[in-house]
Amino acid sequence: MLIATALVMLMTPGLAFFYGGMVGRKNVLTILIQCFILLSIISIQWVLYGYSLAFGPGKGFWGGFDWIGLTGVGLEPFKDYSATIPHQLFMVYQMMFAVITPALIIGAFAERMKFSAFVIIMILWATFVYDPVCHWVWGVGGWLREMGALDFAGGTVVHINAGIAALLTAILIKRRKGFDHKAILPHNLPFTVLGTALLWFGWFGFNAGSALAANGLAVNAFVVTNTAAAAAGLTWALIDWIFNDKPTMLGTATGAVAGLVAITPAAGFVSALSAIAIGVCVSIFCFIAVSWIKPKFGYDDALDVFGVHCVGGIWGALATGLFASKAINPDGANGLFFGNPKQFLIQLLAVLVTVLYSLVVTYIIYKLVDMVIKVRVPERDENLGLDLTQHHENAYTVIE
Amino acid sequence: MKLIIAIIKPDRLEAVKEELYKSDVNLMTVNEVLGHGRQMGVTEVYRGAKEMGNLLRKIRLEIAVNETFVEKTINAIIKGAQTGEVGDGKIFVLDLAECIRIRTEERGSGAIG
Repeated sequence: MLIATALVMLMTPGLAFFYGGMVGRKNVLTILIQCFILLSIISIQWVLYGYSLAFGPGKGFWGGFDWIGLTGVGLEPFKDYSATIPHQLFMVYQMMFAVITPALIIGAFAERMKFSAFVIIMILWATFVYDPVCHWVWGVGGWLREMGALDFAGGTVVHINAGIAALLTAILIKRRKGFDHKAILPHNLPFTVLGTALLWFGWFGFNAGSALAANGLAVNAFVVTNTAAAAAGLTWALIDWIFNDKPTMLGTATGAVAGLVAITPAAGFVSALSAIAIGVCVSIFCFIAVSWIKPKFGYDDALDVFGVHCVGGIWGALATGLFASKAINPDGANGLFFGNPKQFLIQLLAVLVTVLYSLVVTYIIYKLVDMVIKVRVPERDENLGLDLTQHHENAYTVIE
Repeated sequence: MKLIIAIIKPDRLEAVKEELYKSDVNLMTVNEVLGHGRQMGVTEVYRGAKEMGNLLRKIRLEIAVNETFVEKTINAIIKGAQTGEVGDGKIFVLDLAECIRIRTEERGSGAIG
């Protein structure tokens, strides 16, 4: 579990490179610092009060304040979460999920958000969106958990939650300058591929680690995670080949990430063959979202957070309701294809609730911060790039 | 024959290219350069060490044209690059003594377009 925790920690820097490669040269440091500062801020927030709000044995809305500053969160196991690992290990493992979730949203408003506004929005978002939703789905007494919603490693809590907030933020902050002119090109695709590799690697900790033990269930999660990523990466490459004439690196990397997203909620409940189906379908859905729906509606979700994470997450959550099987995990449930249509409806409800809640609260947070300090950078700063104007740094030199 | 050199803001390049194409100017050499005019650059800080008045990234366009195209080209560049803000750049027009197309060894006006 210590190693799984370290793997999930590495996903946020991995995400930084995945996103960093896709933005312009003048904004790469901005992406990196946003990811790294979240690693710092949310780590502290989690220890101070985030863990208590998300996982405290509260009732209903969130976990309450009993575990503030890790009071009572010791080195003995807390049986309701895991009978075998120290409570603090569970806490720090979950911390890495709390870190990467807001970091996912960065891709939507890339290249135009003021750093100060970013920090405030993210602290509020972690507190009022992530922590409650995390409590509902995973916390003791969380109402979606009580209802039987299945989310093995965070399809709802992480991907749908962040993905829908990303769509809303992209719409509220408006398009980047020059977005109408042409697609803004990735400045360093090898970075993006490096990030994809780190994400794939870290995702084994994310999904297999969610078994909270080195057991058969962890192995199943590990196998289906790799299988879905492979199927989705391959599918996207084929779609590219058919519709855009050539298979592309960015497409293959995007597909792999979409596959990882989709298998996340299902990893502990489905078989390897189901994982192939989930992976193939997710690339089809996400491809439609980013190459057809996005241009049609004209929103500037810069790095396709909604198109990959939200759409992939929703498909994954629903697919869990289709493909889940007690033969894989006796503690889980059967899905629609295994004779239990009710599970599919429970999954659908969990998706809708998360989408609605995240939309409403994200909207309030954004508007509040925008009233107090403008969220978007001035036009001159956007032209010069955020690296120079927000951080007084340059990623690359032209002349030594 | 003239050689037109324009220094513009990087984010105006697409707009300038579009205007040039509209004016049937399809040949150009583009460079990324550093510099500043009246406007000073932005301060950079590395571990507390300040770099003052740094040079800003600019785009340098070089276009060789025949006399009939000089005004068209200048107007297209202005239309695409003008924002009204400080730092929009400069256009320089130089006399061009000779132009040779390497493939055919043609010389003079015919070799330009």
